[in-house]
Amino acid sequence: MIFHLLVLITIYAILSISLNLAVGVTGLFNLGHAAFFGIGAYTSALLNMAGVPFWLALLAGVCMASLIAFLIGLPTLRLVGDYLAVATMGLGEIARAVFKNWISVTRGPMGLPGIPHASLFGFAFDSFAKFLALSAACLGIVYILAETLIRSPFGRVLKGIREDEIAVQALGKNSFWFKMWSLVISAGIAGLAGSLFAHYMGFIDPSSFGMWLTFFILLIIMLGGLGNNLGAVVGAVIFVVVREGLRFVGLPPAIAAPLQQLLFGVLLIVMTIFAPRGLIPERKAVTRYKVNAEDRGPD
Amino acid sequence: MLKIEDLTKDFGGLRAVDHCSFEVPQNSIFGLIGPNGSGKTTIFNLITGFLKPDEGQVSFNGEVIVNLQPYQIIQRGIARTFQLVRIFRNMTVMENMLLAPKGQRGEKVSFALFNPPWARRQERENTKKALKLLTLFGLDRFRDEYAGNLGHAEQKLVELARALMTDPQLILLDEPTAGVDPSLIAKILSYIRKLRDEQGMTFLIVEHDMRVIMNLCERIVVLNYGRKIAEGTPEQVSNDPKVIDAYLGV
Repeated sequence: MIFHLLVLITIYAILSISLNLAVGVTGLFNLGHAAFFGIGAYTSALLNMAGVPFWLALLAGVCMASLIAFLIGLPTLRLVGDYLAVATMGLGEIARAVFKNWISVTRGPMGLPGIPHASLFGFAFDSFAKFLALSAACLGIVYILAETLIRSPFGRVLKGIREDEIAVQALGKNSFWFKMWSLVISAGIAGLAGSLFAHYMGFIDPSSFGMWLTFFILLIIMLGGLGNNLGAVVGAVIFVVVREGLRFVGLPPAIAAPLQQLLFGVLLIVMTIFAPRGLIPERKAVTRYKVNAEDRGPD
Repeated sequence: MLKIEDLTKDFGGLRAVDHCSFEVPQNSIFGLIGPNGSGKTTIFNLITGFLKPDEGQVSFNGEVIVNLQPYQIIQRGIARTFQLVRIFRNMTVMENMLLAPKGQRGEKVSFALFNPPWARRQERENTKKALKLLTLFGLDRFRDEYAGNLGHAEQKLVELARALMTDPQLILLDEPTAGVDPSLIAKILSYIRKLRDEQGMTFLIVEHDMRVIMNLCERIVVLNYGRKIAEGTPEQVSNDPKVIDAYLGV
């Protein structure tokens, strides 16, 4: 059971880090993030069921999510703020409608059962503990990748776009392509999480990729601290523990589900009032190179 | 160096800029003045591509730049500041400075991930350059402070210093001394002269403070209702009856 919780935490943490790159760092208010998670899950599951090896199916899930993000980004990244939020929200719903109605491929609301276990070079991740090793390794890689990007000059431009896109353009940067990269990388990581999710659960259906998921992930990163990857992981831990913990209290399902949503709603309100920057706010980027007296120069 | 020909811009029924022409010579400090709403900031936005003109041309070093995107125009060697400061508030002063330089290798995703020595070296050079500029502007002690926590005058200086990080040939300053206390104004003006004299930069300045304009600029264009009503040296302009009527008052 504890392994199951930990696996869920790693998957949510990967998803949170991915959304954090777009929302927390770049300021792209993406409300359709669950779609990329779903695209990764369906692509990977369908390919693997058709006989494609797991690692290739996973890679295809990542690439497909990134590709769709690219196509979506072409028209929508010219929009700003609220307009981008509305456009991406619509796209999230479109993706869910496709999962639900493209019955010949996705089996629609009946879902895809019997997705094989993840396996690499003949080694099957067929128990909770084995799968945890795989998902934790993925989380580690994604975490390092995101951290490296955020601390680089590339990440600095993304933060600049969040703060003031016009000022970024006034410094000679083509902000459009920076936003595109941010969205494409963010979607690719979400696709990875989706692929892991599909092969872990063994069953997916369209209801797993609804709007509620995007809002929960948003809640996680706002709780943890926008712009901070460690915050995203901590937020994911709190989220999974609170949500799954409620199941042990023994409330009837008719009460448990609404209570859970109520609790998260209250949590979000409390956080925005008392800790608007989250539990672990964005880290300050202090000057990295040692400053020598002569570097200050004459005058 | 910068040539504006017959520039016109309408906002709905309002003609903000009306067939305006002037030329900013290289290595000069050029003033653009006029009452509120006379089209000064609109001209800045037209030059830097944030707005597209309805008629007319803007050329820079002989190249027509009017159809380029803002980032392309800036890359050709123009920098600007804004009337209302635009700094990255939740980033440190140093980050503000380091974001500015052109052609940073680490801005490519592949280099950002692997951070090769040549990208690191460039980052170090930029940091040194930023420190020199910050020291020059008396801002070095704020370098690891969030820019949004600075006072208004310091933010204006950060914006100017940041613009200099792009190595511009021409800088457009929109009211560089508005809201800045008088002792600092003198300092800013001396930096501007110094940059012109020692580094050959060219300045186009919008300003409301007549003393600043009269004492800094060699040549001035006066706008009223989007139309150019006078051009000349500070003496010529301040004695022009049309200018006195429209702007200097009584």
